[in-house]
This record gives sequence, structure tokens and C-alpha cells, in this order.
Amino acid sequence: MRLWSGTRLTYAALVLAVLMSAFPIYWMFVVATRSSDAMGEVPPPVTPGGNLPGNVDRLLSNADAHFLTGMLNSAIVAGCVTVSVVFFSSLAGFAFAKLRFRGANALLLVIIATMMVPTQLGVIPLYMLMTKLDWNDELQAVIVPALVTGFGVFMMRQYASQAVSSELIEAARVDGCTTFRIFWSVVAPALRPAAAVLGLLTFMTTWNDFLWPYAVLNDPENPTVQLSLRALSNGYYQDMSQVFTGTAIATLPLLLVFIIFGRQIIGGIMEGAVKA
Amino acid sequence: MALHLETRVQPGAAASRPGPPPRFRLTRLDMKASPYLYIAPFFVLFGVFGAYPLAYTLWVSLHDWDLLAEDHPFVGLDNYTKLMGDADFWHSVVNTLGIFVISTVPQLLLALWIANLLNRQLRARTFFRMGILIPNITSTAAVAIVFGQLFSREFGLINWTLDLVGIDAIDWRANRLASWVAVSTMVDWRWTGYNALIFLAAMQAIPRDLYESAAIDGANAFRQFWSITVPMLRPTIIFCVIVSTIGGLQLFTEPLLFNSGTNPIRGGPSRESQTMTMYMFENAFAPNFNFGYGSAVAWMLFALIAIVAIVNVVLIRRLSRGGR
Repeated sequence: MRLWSGTRLTYAALVLAVLMSAFPIYWMFVVATRSSDAMGEVPPPVTPGGNLPGNVDRLLSNADAHFLTGMLNSAIVAGCVTVSVVFFSSLAGFAFAKLRFRGANALLLVIIATMMVPTQLGVIPLYMLMTKLDWNDELQAVIVPALVTGFGVFMMRQYASQAVSSELIEAARVDGCTTFRIFWSVVAPALRPAAAVLGLLTFMTTWNDFLWPYAVLNDPENPTVQLSLRALSNGYYQDMSQVFTGTAIATLPLLLVFIIFGRQIIGGIMEGAVKA
Repeated sequence: MALHLETRVQPGAAASRPGPPPRFRLTRLDMKASPYLYIAPFFVLFGVFGAYPLAYTLWVSLHDWDLLAEDHPFVGLDNYTKLMGDADFWHSVVNTLGIFVISTVPQLLLALWIANLLNRQLRARTFFRMGILIPNITSTAAVAIVFGQLFSREFGLINWTLDLVGIDAIDWRANRLASWVAVSTMVDWRWTGYNALIFLAAMQAIPRDLYESAAIDGANAFRQFWSITVPMLRPTIIFCVIVSTIGGLQLFTEPLLFNSGTNPIRGGPSRESQTMTMYMFENAFAPNFNFGYGSAVAWMLFALIAIVAIVNVVLIRRLSRGGR
């Protein structure tokens, strides 16, 4: 049918959309490879230059940004949170999809409802709680509240209910497997594709998180990478090529992940949309 | 978007019921307790670090609660009464709603259109999908910094482009409406592609024979889009609107970093783009450290999110019914 084939106009519009989407990122890399006075040039630079090594040097020696610490801290935080979210979500998702227990439906509804709750509005008591625990300025203040997400549980539950065979679980039970053994040997392998997508999404979200780290990590010497970027951009004198080198390096890991696993990530987002 | 919540009945569950031989006792405990054990981490952690702080915000908002003060007396609704007469607060409410409208409406319409384009037989499908999703993987901080430069008055690419077509340079930070547009552009750029993919997923689930019979009846492409696609997408549109409402009204990072260097938490010299979340921060943390007042702002924002979400859902129900 003609209606469903893409016309030239369709392609032109889509190419334009992709260009608009990619340009700011491309431009970020352009400025990161230019000298610090590139921003004043007319017309503005749109092709890469050769100043990246110099910019990286200045970025790493910037006394306000603590950029390397920021990168390392973000890797630790995002790594811990990702492992935890994937593990606990798989476990809970398996329970909701395949185990019978009283109150399962009501509890699942509660989890779905938590996805709609703007928990960000609780930052003030959360900050007070962290003060009480003496976790202010420490990484665990950012890690621990993020260890579970309602989205993760719901996503794994949806996947588990269609991807894990109940017969296999039953067979394992007859063989005398404990429930956890069943989870580990039968369910977890079957959940792997969804777990990978959840892991990628969680890692990206956590790496990019700003508001809560901004509230609770007030020690400039112990930032996440996003806070380093903020310190860079908030300086009195702004050396934009250095700032953009920072944003480019902070974006690079995610960009690589996206280029390698983009298809899976898109599949995860679209499947989640249909099922939710 | 109907939720599938049917309880799964395990085939073996009934068989294991009659007579519990002793060696199965452990198994029965395992069967009974395990599910609760597996879902417990979510409920415990969410309870302590999600639900409790949110609820406790309400309690704090009823107190004169200063970080440095020894005690914090109960003051009832005083913080809220004070908020009602606080011009800076209302200023932030208007900013928040203004930015929300400018960012959400074009974003969702554009996403709908792009999804419609993607919902055809295309070459390089994955390329286009990845291309429009790229903004979403970039961090908000990076987006805000890059766009802050694009919108710079002196050397920004956007003013430079405007100059090419004969429009005078705009001071994006000093003009309230201009700063709303700049901040909204960041939000649009980051979320349009993501929403397009969500819409696309829902569009692909619409049975094609609906379109075929409409085409036989002589409906053109636009008419088909308006009378079939939009009504069929209603649940997804509602979903996206609610999610955008919750996220959009809590906007914080983009305006904060957009105003880097010029009193960021106030959203510019005369609070041009200070959102409610920023106002909450300004009061609850540096420089004021007034937890009680900040908490009152948080709950007003909570109420606003609920109201806007409900109004939106009602509006969309009406609108898409009219389109049928």
C-alpha cells in the first residue's frame, strides 16, 4: 500500500530530525577540540580542531572540578545501583510473575503507583535522614536510596510472566530445588535480555542524575561527574573549550554504550510502552 | 495500556496440598515465605528512602523548622499562609507553568508527528530510531551547559543564526519569556525522540485493516490520522502527558545550569526562570536552610502536579472523543 511506504518527504523530515538531535552533541565535541578563544570566532566553528589533548590537560588539572574523582565516583555509584536494581527487580519480578502469594495483586498495584509518585519532593527529610546517618558528602547517600525502582520491578515482572516457563519451574520444584535455586538456575538465565536492558537504562539514569547528588554531596572534593560539570560551568571565568571537554568526556561512556546496545535499548523502551 | 494483573496459578500448587509429610515442611516454609522475602527489599528501601521522606515533608511543613535552630515549634499552616502572600513563590509558579506549557505541548505534537513518519516502511529504521533517541542519553547537566552556550547572547550559535535572517540578538537570560523558551528547548530536545518511540510502539499495535477500510471509504491520510490513529493512541497519549507533567513541573537542573554564574538557584538576576523546585531548594538549603518553608513549597508543588495531571487527563478525554 502506498500509504505505508516512506516518501522522499518522509526521509527528508526524518533526516532533519536526526540532524537536530545529533547537532548539539556533535558541536560539543567540536568545541572540545578547539582552543579556548574558539567561542568568539565569527562564523562559529563547526569542524573539529586539534586542541583536545591540551583541553584535557587543563580539565584534569582544574582545581575546582575534581573531574577524575567525579568520573570515578559516578562509575562506582552507577555500577552499584545498576547491579542492585537488576538483582532486586529480577527477584521481585519473578515473585510477582510466577509465585503465588496473598496480596500479590494489591502489592503490585502499589509498586505501579510508586512510579507516579514524585519522590524528588521528599529531598528535605531525605537530607535530614542522611544527616542523622552521618552520610552527608558520602557516596552511600546517593547509592542507597537508588537501590530499587518500581519501574525495574514492573518491567521484570512483565518480562518474567511471558519469558519464563511455568512448567520448567514446576519440574525444578519436583526435583527438590529451593525457590532461590529455581530463581538462580532457571529464571535468571531466561530473564537475561530484559535484565540487560534494565541495567543499561539504570546505568544511564544514575550516571546522569543531578538533583539529589547536588543536594547531598556538598563537599566539592568528592563530587559525581555531573557535579564536576556544574562546578566547571559555574566558574567565574569560563573557558568554554575546557567545560565542553568535560561534558564530552562525561557523555562519552553513555554514547559508546548507546552505539553498541542502541537496538536493545530502543526495543526495551518500545516494549515497555506497549505493555505498561 | 490495560494492566494485566491476573494471578498466575501454579499447576503444581494444588497437588502439593494434601497432607504435609515432615520432609516437606521446610519446602512449605520456603514456598510461603520466599515471595515476601523477594519483594521485601523494594518495599523496605522504598518505604525508608521514598515514601517516608515524602510523607514527612508534610509534617515538616507544619513546623518552624530551621536547620540551625535548637527546637522547631509546631506552627500549623503558618508556612502555607506565608506562601500565599509570597510574591517570589507565585513568580516561580508562573515560571513553572509557563515553561511546562512551552515545553510539553510542542514536544508531544512533534513526537506524534515523528512517530507517524517512522511508522512506515523505511530503510535504515534503526538508524533513524537511534538518531532521535540520542538526546535522551545525554545528561541533563551536559545538555544544559551546551544549550546555555548555544543561547549565549554574545557568541551563541542561535543568536548568530537569527542574525543571518535579520533578527536582532536576543538576551536569552535577561528576558523572562526568552529564558522560558531557552529552557523549554532543552527539555524538548531531550524528550521528543523518546516520546516519539513510545507513540510509535503504540501505533504499531493498531490493526492495519482499520486504515484499509477507511481508505476505501475515501478518508485521506490526515483524516485517517485524526480519526483512527489519535483515538487509538489515547491511552498512550494520556500516559505520556502524565509522565511529562510529573517530570516537567519538577524541572530543576536545566534552569539551574542555564543560569550558571549568575545566581543560579534564583534562576537569573530577577528570577526569570526560577522554577518551584528551585524555589524549594533556595529556601530549604543554601542560603536559607528553612526546612519548614521549603517543605511547604514541596507540598504546594505536589498539589499542583496532581491538579495539572487530572486536568490534562480530562481535557484529553474530551478532545479525543470529539475527534472520533
